Amino acid sequence: MPLLDKFGPMAAQYAEAEQAANNPFSVVLDLVLSPTEAMVNGRRTLLLGTNNYLGLTYDPDVIARSTEAVRRFGTGTTGSRIANGSYDGHKRLEQSLAEFYGRRHAMVFSTGYQANLGIISTLAGKNDHLLLDADCHASIYDGARLGQAQVTRFRHNSPEDLAQRLRRLADAPGDKIIVVEGIYSMLGDSAPLREFAAVKREWGAYLIVDEAHSLGVLGDTGRGLAEAAGVEADVDFILGTFSKSLGGIGGYCVSDLEGFDVLRVACRPYMFTASPPPGNIAATLEALHQLRARPVLRRQLNDRGRQLYAGLAALGFDLGPEPSPVVSVILPEPQAAIEFWKRLLDAGLYTNVSLPPATPKSLSLLRSSVSAAHTPGQIDHALGLFAEIGRAMDFIPAAQTRRAAASLA
Amino acid sequence: MDNSVSEIRDVIFESMHALLRHPVELTDQTKIATDLGLDSVAVMDFVMEIEDKLNVSVPLDRIAEVQTLGDLVETLHNVLSNA
Repeated sequence: MPLLDKFGPMAAQYAEAEQAANNPFSVVLDLVLSPTEAMVNGRRTLLLGTNNYLGLTYDPDVIARSTEAVRRFGTGTTGSRIANGSYDGHKRLEQSLAEFYGRRHAMVFSTGYQANLGIISTLAGKNDHLLLDADCHASIYDGARLGQAQVTRFRHNSPEDLAQRLRRLADAPGDKIIVVEGIYSMLGDSAPLREFAAVKREWGAYLIVDEAHSLGVLGDTGRGLAEAAGVEADVDFILGTFSKSLGGIGGYCVSDLEGFDVLRVACRPYMFTASPPPGNIAATLEALHQLRARPVLRRQLNDRGRQLYAGLAALGFDLGPEPSPVVSVILPEPQAAIEFWKRLLDAGLYTNVSLPPATPKSLSLLRSSVSAAHTPGQIDHALGLFAEIGRAMDFIPAAQTRRAAASLA
Repeated sequence: MDNSVSEIRDVIFESMHALLRHPVELTDQTKIATDLGLDSVAVMDFVMEIEDKLNVSVPLDRIAEVQTLGDLVETLHNVLSNA
């Protein structure tokens, strides 16, 4: 198979994982019971790695709107917005998103990946410059590769390094477009957005913030990091996804930029793909309504995130830099992360394994994400399993574990 | 910017020795991914260090073309010459 020879080392790693009893890359949720529980390998399993931040996937109103839309509009749109027409729900969801953000324009994409791919590749033209945070998601890097702009990578969360790189580009023609994220999906850390906004103003650049993991998580009304940091006026484009807080699938971009709608006929990942199906659009609309109407979900979510982060820190685990709904344990090497993950799954707890090169600084991570639907008791149960298995595998010292257990009691 | 090829090579080889921590013989022909085991993100992180030391930004598409240490020396020399 000479065609696939280039994947040699990767294939060996994958084959090794396949042979293991539980492979993190091919786990199957046989039956999902609720936003927090599923049947895996015949066992009732606590889900702590779904990005289902607000737990809305089983909300009765979300399900009702979705099934109603399927009955009225059918299962799929069978075509693209441009070639085959928009549905009423697409327009209503775009209006609802624009209104939520207080912006003039909104554009809906079929996935969050495509929103990033489309907007980034289209906005930055041949003579323009994209400046991407080093830890930005693969979809942002792929969008940069699809486009024709020159791409510069700056140090993660470093406004100083961004400014330095803008300085080097000072005499280069073309627009400068900066891309950062609200919450980074691997370690759960946030961008220092006030400082980035100041750099953006100083250099006359444009600023894009991907709020995929911060929509419904940060900000007084859940709009994300730009709202929390009080710099929404400096953010020219907000990108996001429906597949986390809103429990569906799809992506969006909102902006106040004049002439924004021309992107609908310039942006290939928007034009040359089927539009999101009616049931999904209707579910997303209702979930957005729930996000706005029930701020208690955001409080519960962040409380659970802090509970998990504080609990794991007290046990002595090495964690990401700040609490958020994403909590990652840093482990010494990939095999350790996979083994820890397997033992947790065998004990009825589902988390995620994140390995290099998908992780920053070649870290091996056991990644968890909490939901507003988790009870404090479920988080305590998860902490108990982390303690037991972490101790058995010598990732945390026994003495510290006892002290932590006492302080948690 | 007055960096000769040999000065750039010194900076790159010295930084790579420091990164790898164990003694390895480096030449212009050394392949960064297959010989030294750096993945795509590690290569970009390594280039960032070199960028700081030489006060230059290398566009990502130029980094994507780099396979050997010699390619990297040449790329930096070209970027610096056109800066």
